[in-house]
Amino acid sequence: MSTPPTTPRKRPEPVQMVKSRRDAALRALVTGVPYIQFLGIRFDRRGDELTAELPFDEKLIGNPLLPALHGGVTAAFLEVTAIIELSWTLLWEDMEAGRIDPVTLDPMHLPRLPKTIDFTVDYLRSGLPRDAYARARVNRSGRRYASVHVEAWQDNRARLLAQGTGHFLMPPAGPISARDD
Amino acid sequence: MDRQEETKLRVARQFIEAIPHSRALGMQLDALSDGSAEISMPYDLRLVGDPRTGVIHGGAVSALMDTCCGAAVMSHPDAPAGTATIDLRIDYMRAASPGQRIRAHAACYHVTRTVAFVRATAFDDDKDHPVASATGAFTIERARKDDPA
Repeated sequence: MSTPPTTPRKRPEPVQMVKSRRDAALRALVTGVPYIQFLGIRFDRRGDELTAELPFDEKLIGNPLLPALHGGVTAAFLEVTAIIELSWTLLWEDMEAGRIDPVTLDPMHLPRLPKTIDFTVDYLRSGLPRDAYARARVNRSGRRYASVHVEAWQDNRARLLAQGTGHFLMPPAGPISARDD
Repeated sequence: MDRQEETKLRVARQFIEAIPHSRALGMQLDALSDGSAEISMPYDLRLVGDPRTGVIHGGAVSALMDTCCGAAVMSHPDAPAGTATIDLRIDYMRAASPGQRIRAHAACYHVTRTVAFVRATAFDDDKDHPVASATGAFTIERARKDDPA
């Protein structure tokens, strides 16, 4: 006869509940920003890993003769990916620790976003008139400053379109609410 | 401005405003002279990066800076046939005030046979405090000669 463990492990939440909570948090972060919608950027999530997708659109062209993506679009795509990755990393910790409930999040009730201090883009190839993808990595995330690296590609993951590094000012820590500051 | 310069500005204006992404952002070429350019863009709710404050996203400012730097390179007396950004660094000094037009000024401060080094600054209505500044390196593409000497 087996004896039940003295401290029974907490029953894991149903997978669908976990997924829908994480997707809701990501949606709140992304859909509330008009500029992300303007460019048409979407985020694909696998666990905590995000991949940004920029579906090709005529209005993203910078050189109609080639045609090629506008350098400013490439820069913006990298920067958006970096900020969302950094915000997502902060949000993830609070969400998984149960400090925030994503159901209460909407564009006007989001944690404050990090502010860009500077951003450097290294253009490696001309952007083709196709979809582009990007992933960012938070290399350092301190109390006040963060450094994020981001890579973008099109057809081949190994042939980068561009890479970038940005420094960000972290939002002040504190309870999440729509503060009027 | 003499007639020749006016024609040059008009042609350049049409060229910049024909770029789909520049048009989507409402960019307007305000001035162009040997190796320097001024381009502005109106405040637009679609470009907002923070819905709570209504501040324009840094990415849109980057697009303005990149276009302005490229125009400065193209207007250089060496007359490059084309240009592409090698790298661009942007420093964001402060949030642009919601509702105000953003104006960028770019100038090539050094040009070699193959590379143009460019600096740019962006302002809103407050002319004393820049919103952002940028430095970049751009390629200089030469027209291919059919029969090399």
